[in-house]
Order: sequence, then C-alpha cells, then structure tokens
Amino acid sequence: MNSNQEISSSDLAKRIRIHALRMTSRGGSSHIGAVFSIADILAVLYGGVLDVRPSEPKWPDRDRFILSKGHAGAGVYAALAESGFFDIQWLETHYQDGSRLSGHVTHVDMPGVELSTGSLGHGLGVGCGMAYGAKLDGKNHRVVVLCSDGELDEGSNWEPILFAGHHKLSNLIAVIDYNKIQSLAPVSDTIALEPLADKFRVFGWAVYECNGHEHDALRAQFAAMKEEKGKPKVLLAHTTKGKGVSFMENTVLWHYRTARGEEFDRALAELEAVR
Amino acid sequence: MRDAFIAQLTELARTDPRIFLITGDLGFGVLNKFAEEFPNQFLNAGVAEQNMTMLATGLAMEGRVVFTYSIGNFPTLRPLEFIRNDACYHHANVNVVCIGGGFSYGSLGISHHATEDLSILRALPELTVVAPGDDYETMEATKALVNKSGAGYLRLDRSSMIVDAAQPFELGRARVVREGTDLTLISTGGMLGEALIAANKLSECGIEARVVSLHTIKPLDTEAIRLAAVETGGIITLEEHTVLGGLGGAVAETCLEKRWIPGFFVRMGLQDVFSKVVGSQEYLRSIYKLDAPAIVETSRKFVEAGQRAVVEGAIR
Repeated sequence: MNSNQEISSSDLAKRIRIHALRMTSRGGSSHIGAVFSIADILAVLYGGVLDVRPSEPKWPDRDRFILSKGHAGAGVYAALAESGFFDIQWLETHYQDGSRLSGHVTHVDMPGVELSTGSLGHGLGVGCGMAYGAKLDGKNHRVVVLCSDGELDEGSNWEPILFAGHHKLSNLIAVIDYNKIQSLAPVSDTIALEPLADKFRVFGWAVYECNGHEHDALRAQFAAMKEEKGKPKVLLAHTTKGKGVSFMENTVLWHYRTARGEEFDRALAELEAVR
Repeated sequence: MRDAFIAQLTELARTDPRIFLITGDLGFGVLNKFAEEFPNQFLNAGVAEQNMTMLATGLAMEGRVVFTYSIGNFPTLRPLEFIRNDACYHHANVNVVCIGGGFSYGSLGISHHATEDLSILRALPELTVVAPGDDYETMEATKALVNKSGAGYLRLDRSSMIVDAAQPFELGRARVVREGTDLTLISTGGMLGEALIAANKLSECGIEARVVSLHTIKPLDTEAIRLAAVETGGIITLEEHTVLGGLGGAVAETCLEKRWIPGFFVRMGLQDVFSKVVGSQEYLRSIYKLDAPAIVETSRKFVEAGQRAVVEGAIR
C-alpha cells in the first residue's frame, strides 16, 4: 500500500504544485502549466488509486504508471518523492547540471518511474505491451498511461488505441489530460479532437469523463472502471492548464515560461493559500 | 536465412516460454506453424510497426525475450525512434528482425531495399547489430541474441548457403572462413557467398584472399581488423548496403584511429544512390558491382599494383 495514506490527496496535490514551481524556477525549465494541469490526477493516483510500494518499487504485482506526456515530469518526480520512493531533497537538483532528474521523465536510477518519455506518442504502445503481457500471465495489476490532449495528434497513439480495443485490454487505462491547450494554440485551432469520447468509443474503449481537478470525482471514475471487464478504459479528465495559479491558468505562455522573482512569489503565495 | 531463423526460434520457443514473436502482418506461409504451436508466444501487431516496437518493449520489460519481424525497412527505419527511446534506452531484450536485407526484394523497388539500416542502427547506443553470413551464423546469432542483455538487430537476406568453416560462431567475434595472405575480404551478411566465390577465382590467378565474415557490426571485432591490415596488407569490405557508415565505415574508423593502415583499403557497396534498377538480388549485385566478378576485378587491380606495404603507425 501507499505510504501516502496519512496525507490527503488534496494536500499531496498542493505539495506537488509547490515542489514543481520551485523545481522549474530553480532549474529554469518550462512546462509548469502542464504540470499544474495534472497535479490533481497525480495526487489521486499516488494518493491511493495506484497499488504501488515505495519501499519495493519493482514489486511484480504493482500497478504500472506511465507518464506519456514526459514534459510534465516534474510533477511525477514530486509525487514519487512525497510518496517515499526517494529523498525529497533530490527534487532540488531538477533540470540542473549533473542531476538525475531530467526535464522529461527518466527511469534511470529513478525508483518508481517505469518508462522514460519525452517524445510524445510512446506511452500508450508500451503500456499496451505491458497490459498484454499481464493478461497472458493472468496478473491482476493495471497499467495506467497519462497522455496529453495535444499528444493525440501523434499517429503512434492511434495504432495502440486500435490494438487495445481489438484485444479488449481491460487492464489498460488511458487518462487524457484534456486542458484543451497545446504548444502554440488551443487544441481546437490546431488539430481538433472533438468528438473525442466518440472517437474512443468507436475504437472499442469504455469512456469515462470528469473534472480532472475534483478528487472525489476522479476517485469515483477509477472505482467505476473496475466494474467494466471487457474493454480498455479512457478517462477524459477535463482540466485547466496552469491550474492553481490565477495568472497561469488557461494560457499558452505558461507552457514555456519560468516563474521567477515577483511572479514566483505571487504564484507561491497563491499555492500556499490553498487549504 | 529466414527459414533457418524460424527453425531456430521454434526450437528455442519449445523450451523457453520467454520467447515471443511479433510480426507486422508479414510472414505468409512462414510463421503459420510457429503461430499454431505457440499461440501464447505469438502476436500479429497488424500493419503498425511503431506499435509493434512499443508492444515488444512493454512485453520485454515484463520479462519476455521478444523478436519483432518484418521485411526491408519496415521494422527498422519506420519505427526508428521507438527502437532508440523504448527498446534500446530501457535495455529491453527486443530483437528487431529484418528478413529483407539489401536487395533481397530487389524487384519490388527501392521502398523494399534495405540499404542504409546498418549504418543508421549501428549509431544507436546499446544495440547489438548482427548480419549473419549464412544459415549457420543465422541460427547461432538467434540463440546468442536471446541470451545477451539489451536490444538487438538481426539483419537477414535471401542468401541460403552454408559455409564450411571450423571456427564456431560467437557474438562480436568475426569468423575467418578462408585463410589467405595477399588481402582480406571482410564481408557482412550474405555477401559472404560472393566473397568465397571471388576468393576461389583469385586463387586460380595466384592471389590468396583471406575471407572474414564480420557478422557482428556492433560490438565490432577490432582484432580481426588488425590482423587483416597487418598480416595481409590489404582490405576490401563487402556489404549489400550503402558504403556510408556501415561495415566499410566501421572498419575504416578502426584502422585510422588505431593506426593499423593497410596498403590498400576499398569499400565495396552501394555508392550513395537509390538502387532504382529493377531485378533479382543476384542481378542487382551485378549491376551495382557487388558480385564475385566485381570483387575479383577490384582485388586484382589493387594486389597486382603491388600496394601491399603495411604502414603500421604511419600517422603521427
């Protein structure tokens, strides 16, 4: 079980955001908006939904978690450190010379990270392989892959989406961080995805939707998935890019910008004010 | 080579449940028996080589020894980044098998000519790159790839000869399949057959060529290259592949850096062009000057010019 049982998922989300703000500011890295977008999803996953053991990262029956949108790696590092996978002090080196914490998430010498990503469109296919293998072996663990919405432009996602539907990989869960903003512009102005739920349905997936910042709703969706036996599952988590800091929310700018000086102070104050 | 590979993999799969074969919807009439005998060790990923490579990585990370199977450039150049980031970087035992090396599918056109794969894949860290010279090396390489760690590339072509040589196969160690003192023909893949035919012809002219099957492009057997340069004084590399960066490139890099400078050095291969001519493997080897007569001609030209002086340590 998770060592996070003592702290609430909302407290974990708050810590992930504050860590990520400090990490990206200290190292001068981008993607804080993308991290804030998934902070609540990560908090719910590591706050009890994922069956993992921080003291035994390679426990064979663990749930597998893959961050396919590797640019939000700071959030995963923070969640893992807060969960006890490694020393929280490691976070202070993020993105800096000689650090083991690269800007895009890496598995090398990193307890708890299954797959190194950074190039989009890799997580779902590898997750399919893990899920297919688990089914052959009669294992009960789940494979959870967190993707971004813009990432779905990559054709390499649609190969595994077809595959998982055909093979009814019911132990595979894709979570789409659906904040509707991608690298340069809104998703709808770039490569429109709607109707996204219908796309997954016709590919043979069971579709779940909720607000990706409401923890009880997220938990309810993950619980409901356990009842669906015959299909892969996708959760369209409707999120807000930059969620948690007023001036970062719903902007393209904070996909790239690093918070420093007065901006950093204001952002930190807003995050710390959350109960 | 293809049939030798499947036969060996079938034998391995009977005793090793980790063996897993994924095809990218190719192998009609070739993989049927394997699929029937091992339904839990076989998967058709469909016409989706990116996903085939990702699936292989996921399965290998969970303990399987996976072979991905397709022809020409489909299992290699098409999903190149997936081989690099997923299979290689995660040190997964994923073995990419191409059954159409070089001009194997010559008549089908350049889409089906695998003529840059060795140089491109050789550049990937932690990838073992093997191009067997005959059926024996194919079977031994298949066994060896199962037992090595990390990812591998097995490049097979349509050659099907068996070379009679005493030296056993070992991954990363070239095989001397014919002794000689006047020059060394270093071949990779099925060019080994052309090299041996050429060596026999050369012998009739009084030229004794050493023939080395350099089946493993990475890790490279530098000692075999040293002996070729120092003992025979001339090196000709033979590959059904571009001359840029593959076998010839690897040997040239080694000779220059180590200062093992042969009296002459020639890279025989495809000269940085698309092989647009339509025809069989044999026909295209003759058109692109890779057949035994071309090897004989090149060898005689250099040997008879007397450029045999070994210049060891010439660069200071």
